[in-house]
Amino acid sequence: MNTLSLLVSALSQGMIYAPMALGVFVAFRILNTPDLTIDGSFVAGMCVCAVVAIAGHPYAALACGLLAGALAGLVTGLLQTKLEINPILSGILTMTGLYTVNFMLLGGQSNLYLQRTELNSAGTETQVASETLYKSFRSFMAALTGDRKFNSNLSALIVTALIVVVTVILLAVFFRTRTGIAIRATGDNEEMVRSSSINADRSRVLGIMISNALVAFSGALLCEQQRYADLNFGSGMLVVGLASVIIGQVFFGNRGVTLGIISAVAGSLVYRVILQVAYKVDMPSYAVKLLSAIIVVIALTIPRLRRLAAQRRADREEETV
Amino acid sequence: MKGLKLIGMKKTFERGTPNEKVALNGVDLEVAGGDFITVLGSNGAGKSTLFNAILGKFRLDRGKIWLDGEDITRQKDYQRALNIGCLYQNPLRGTAPNMTIEENLALAYTRKASRSFFAVNRRDSAYFRELLKELDLGLEDRLKTRMGLLSGGQRQAASLLMATIAEPKLLLLDEHTAALDPATAEKVLALTNTIVSKRGLTCLMITHNMQSALAMGNRTIVMDSGRIVLDVSGQARESMTVSGLLDLFRERSGRELDNDRMLLR
Repeated sequence: MNTLSLLVSALSQGMIYAPMALGVFVAFRILNTPDLTIDGSFVAGMCVCAVVAIAGHPYAALACGLLAGALAGLVTGLLQTKLEINPILSGILTMTGLYTVNFMLLGGQSNLYLQRTELNSAGTETQVASETLYKSFRSFMAALTGDRKFNSNLSALIVTALIVVVTVILLAVFFRTRTGIAIRATGDNEEMVRSSSINADRSRVLGIMISNALVAFSGALLCEQQRYADLNFGSGMLVVGLASVIIGQVFFGNRGVTLGIISAVAGSLVYRVILQVAYKVDMPSYAVKLLSAIIVVIALTIPRLRRLAAQRRADREEETV
Repeated sequence: MKGLKLIGMKKTFERGTPNEKVALNGVDLEVAGGDFITVLGSNGAGKSTLFNAILGKFRLDRGKIWLDGEDITRQKDYQRALNIGCLYQNPLRGTAPNMTIEENLALAYTRKASRSFFAVNRRDSAYFRELLKELDLGLEDRLKTRMGLLSGGQRQAASLLMATIAEPKLLLLDEHTAALDPATAEKVLALTNTIVSKRGLTCLMITHNMQSALAMGNRTIVMDSGRIVLDVSGQARESMTVSGLLDLFRERSGRELDNDRMLLR
């Protein structure tokens, strides 16, 4: 593959994972709460999507995946607010419970391909690939351009980018509505929200639901693009999302909610390009998670290192005086 | 029935443990609508606990709270906040640092604002600018500035605005100028006076400054060990001096009115 097609493939992956980065952004940056449900809701989105897509409804599958995430978020939110369980533990509990649910959705196996067995005219069993968003969009692009071999990564990139742009606009608008700023303020100063006669618990639950819905939507998109759902795909997803959010912050800084939303998407794209480069230099695929963890650690350490450097400089100046 | 009515309020924290603390030991108080009461008391006398009880931060063991003829004893804290504004000593508590001044005000205004789709809209912002202008801190031109960039005094002034913007029935001020430098404290106190009198708010203000406790408002109460031991108003209050109040307190409670931050003059 040449460099351009590698870039297209990286960007299309980046777009598919962008809603996940947005979900992590909502949880960590807006609600200011570490939410580990994300690992589970990503897979839940995948599994629900797979089941519905196999039943022959590729578009409803995406919506159902999204709803599954919202539901997972609702559970975590209620654990946090009604039962007052520590936020991190609430997330872990939901994630753990989700494993069973996801396993059941996949019919007791660890992965599920988007295809079904049909009898052909000769009476023999054949595997028929299920319809997906990506499949139909690719044939649409092929018809449009007259190129029967239209690059599947490029068509995936285009359609996902359209979806992500709509998502970004919707989110940016939402976080300026009354409900939206209540959620933002809940992450910033919950006491102030309560004193403004707003049910902060409800804002928090809604925020967690939105976050997990985005994450699960990302899982659903990935499921349709790669044509299978995998039970173990979610582990470490949170760190991947965090890496994206932090990388985005490097480029855009920490200013305002709209810019933050855009930066999370940009971070997801850059992150996938970094990974693609790493693969290019023969990094084995299992090294991805270690790389993500290292990126997050480095990014989180930079402010501290800067502070230390500034301190040392100040000390040195004092000595010379 | 305008005003606040507190009946037999009792609260013991950590009952049955060595840390047991009787915080409110039968507080009865009737506050007429438009009253401005200053609250004095030693450390641990139960002043802040009284406020937190009115705000619904915890459930009372016993007693009732009525506000404008409505029993709010069982309402949740955010439900009561519809009609009660509150300001604390720490100016950081009342505002969201990562949101703009405009967004902060819009959030506080949500209680009474028209249900517009966007929280920040032109009509409300014009109103906010007008209100900020009255503060005379130059904030009216900084609506898009993040709250976290303001000084403590500016944030407290903004919090005061946020606490009163939705025209609450009751305003509670818990030493809201204690963390500010003297000049700023003076300014915020003057602002408080203006806003409270202009809107005719019913107000309770905890202070450790005896002088301003007697100078501001129209009634002063003194708390000790979870009760109200002194309640002066009208003629008696007008002729009251700081030392007179101290004497009276000693007479009633058998000890000195003592607070590590108490200002006697």
